[in-house]
Amino acid sequence: MLRLNDVKKSYLEPNGNVLPVLDISTFSVAPSEQMVLTGRSGCGKSTLLHVIAGISRVDEGSVEVDGIDIAGVSESVRDRFRADTIGYVFQTFNLLPAFTALENVTLGMTFARGRYDPSRARQLLERVGLSHRLGHRPATMSVGEQQRVAVARALANRPKLLLADEPTANVDPGNQQQIVELIRETCEEEKISLVLVTHTPEVAEQFDRIVSLEEINQVNALAEQSPS
Amino acid sequence: MSKWKIAWRSIQQRGLASSLTALSMALGVMLVVAVISIHGLVEQSFRNNSSLGYNMIVGATKGGRLQLVLNTVYYLSQPVENIPYSYYQEFLGAEEIDAYRQAVRMEELGEPRDGKFRLFTRFAIPVCMGDYFGHFRVIGTTPQLFDGFVYDLANGKKYEFAAGRNFETYSEENGYFETVVGATVAREKQLEVGSKISATHGDPEGELHDEHPFTVAGILRSTGTPMDRGVFVNIEGFYLMDGHAKPVSPDPREALVRPPIPMSAMLGGQTERSAIDTPQAFQPLKVPEREVTAILIKTVNQVVTPGLMNTINEGNVAQAALPVAEIYGLFTTIVGPVKQVLLTLTIMICIVSGVSILVSIYNSMSDRQHEIAVMRALGAGRGTVMTVVLFEAILLSMGGGVIGFLAGHSLIGLAGPMIESKTGVTIGFFDFPSIDVNEFMNVTSLMNAVNTVRGGMGWEPIQRLAVPTELWLIPGLVLLAVLVGLLPALAAYRTDVSRALSANP
Repeated sequence: MLRLNDVKKSYLEPNGNVLPVLDISTFSVAPSEQMVLTGRSGCGKSTLLHVIAGISRVDEGSVEVDGIDIAGVSESVRDRFRADTIGYVFQTFNLLPAFTALENVTLGMTFARGRYDPSRARQLLERVGLSHRLGHRPATMSVGEQQRVAVARALANRPKLLLADEPTANVDPGNQQQIVELIRETCEEEKISLVLVTHTPEVAEQFDRIVSLEEINQVNALAEQSPS
Repeated sequence: MSKWKIAWRSIQQRGLASSLTALSMALGVMLVVAVISIHGLVEQSFRNNSSLGYNMIVGATKGGRLQLVLNTVYYLSQPVENIPYSYYQEFLGAEEIDAYRQAVRMEELGEPRDGKFRLFTRFAIPVCMGDYFGHFRVIGTTPQLFDGFVYDLANGKKYEFAAGRNFETYSEENGYFETVVGATVAREKQLEVGSKISATHGDPEGELHDEHPFTVAGILRSTGTPMDRGVFVNIEGFYLMDGHAKPVSPDPREALVRPPIPMSAMLGGQTERSAIDTPQAFQPLKVPEREVTAILIKTVNQVVTPGLMNTINEGNVAQAALPVAEIYGLFTTIVGPVKQVLLTLTIMICIVSGVSILVSIYNSMSDRQHEIAVMRALGAGRGTVMTVVLFEAILLSMGGGVIGFLAGHSLIGLAGPMIESKTGVTIGFFDFPSIDVNEFMNVTSLMNAVNTVRGGMGWEPIQRLAVPTELWLIPGLVLLAVLVGLLPALAAYRTDVSRALSANP
């Protein structure tokens, strides 16, 4: 489902220096596989997810998702590809405040080809236990409810790969497990590959495969080797 | 979910700022609508009313031609001076003079001969002015003004009566004291057929003519012209009111022609004419005592008009004016430039309103970077987020525009009575002035040529296309919105998604 080869990504700092962020020789996720990505803050986890989602472009290497190397296609193709193939759950939910729960879910469908299906959006919200909150705006919902709406939105377009960037970081411990179970069960049912970033050991321990980005990212290895 | 809905939700998100932005646009559009509508409708009405059924006005030499036209056609300004009745008779034929004499029931009413301008004149109608009924003008004239008179030649419109009939030169019941009133007069003064009215002399607050009231014989159907605001009395009755007879040198025959004073008045010691209580007791004035304020003339054809006008103007008795030319001149030299200035100002107001939309949306862009980045992360392309921002500008412009449109027309509705009282032009709440598209696009000559060819082939001519002026506002507002929305839309287009997502919302 996902294969990264010799991926390098760096940013240009305001002072003109080049800041390398990613240098990954190989990384892959099998179809329907669920895995956890860990790493300390600032090690490039979010950048890696952005690269996989096609939000950021790599400097070198290939990022193959569902058989397409998104590193070699235009931005508009990546946008369309992202809408059709990738689901994204953000740490801070990123629900749009002016939209209701239902509209937030259907919004993602708007940008994908032929995926606009309000009835599926309703089903998803029912599935995450929010059938009574369809017309509510995020500001009137609890943090746990907001994250469940975000999960429903990420699944709306029947993605093949779900990227979850610390989805439980802002959720109270009571809701953490519910969110993780919800994501895992849904991915399993819909045969969606899952890359879940987390700092929480209790969450990570539930997955068969745990990858530390610091181990696969050569930039981190070099940083650790260099004298501080 | 459509992009329009996404844009609308974004506007809702910034409710107060969006409302204020739309309000500023509404104020601009309101002013544009008010200026365009009031000016356009007044101009249209003036020009429509320039299709009068007559093509020349003859009046006293004192005062300008424009004043003569404004006074005679629109009942604006004041009548300055009069011309002799005998001069009016120069436009009549012997048989017309004699027929009128008989209608008036006089032994003698000037020499029954063809006037020197008779051959050039299709008809000539006298009007006398100077009196008021309330704030409405009283016009002394002959029944000819309403007897089958076509006032709109293009559409064949004649004056019609909503109630009653035309006044008569002499009626057995009311003598010389019958009147026909315009629709507005009847409505405002709550007149009906049979009502009695008395005029005041020279001014709405002037001395009341209590010699004898006029009886309302008919009420005109509304025409949307200054005629709605006129009180048209029999010219013979008008002459018989105090101060309307031109003083002439004492004549020994006067005793024979002055109105007889009823015996009852004599016995009561009253010798004034006000004591006369029956309309039949009055006798019309002799020709030397008569004057007219203006003569409405229709020449036999347009070819003779300049020659007749020159002949009249070369004399020292009267001057002739062509109402259409005077009105067009007024608009070309005075009203047109004023309109341009007003339009320029209001368009500038709209541009300022547009800039306020730009500032409002652009300022919100820094807050919205995260929102845009989320949409991009969900798969929206750069073009999509750019379009959403443009739609937002269009919605704000159009929303403000609709509010401004309604407010502008409300303003017109409120100002309508004032405009009517000042200009005699009736303006309704939802009246729209039109632009002739052919004229606007400067293709009138081309269209005429095309129609000539079509006519030659036996085809129907292509009709002139008149579009309400305010319809131009819609593409104008959309264009303005696109222009002012472009800068924030570009900012949305350039949003660095990765950076914006990494920043805290």
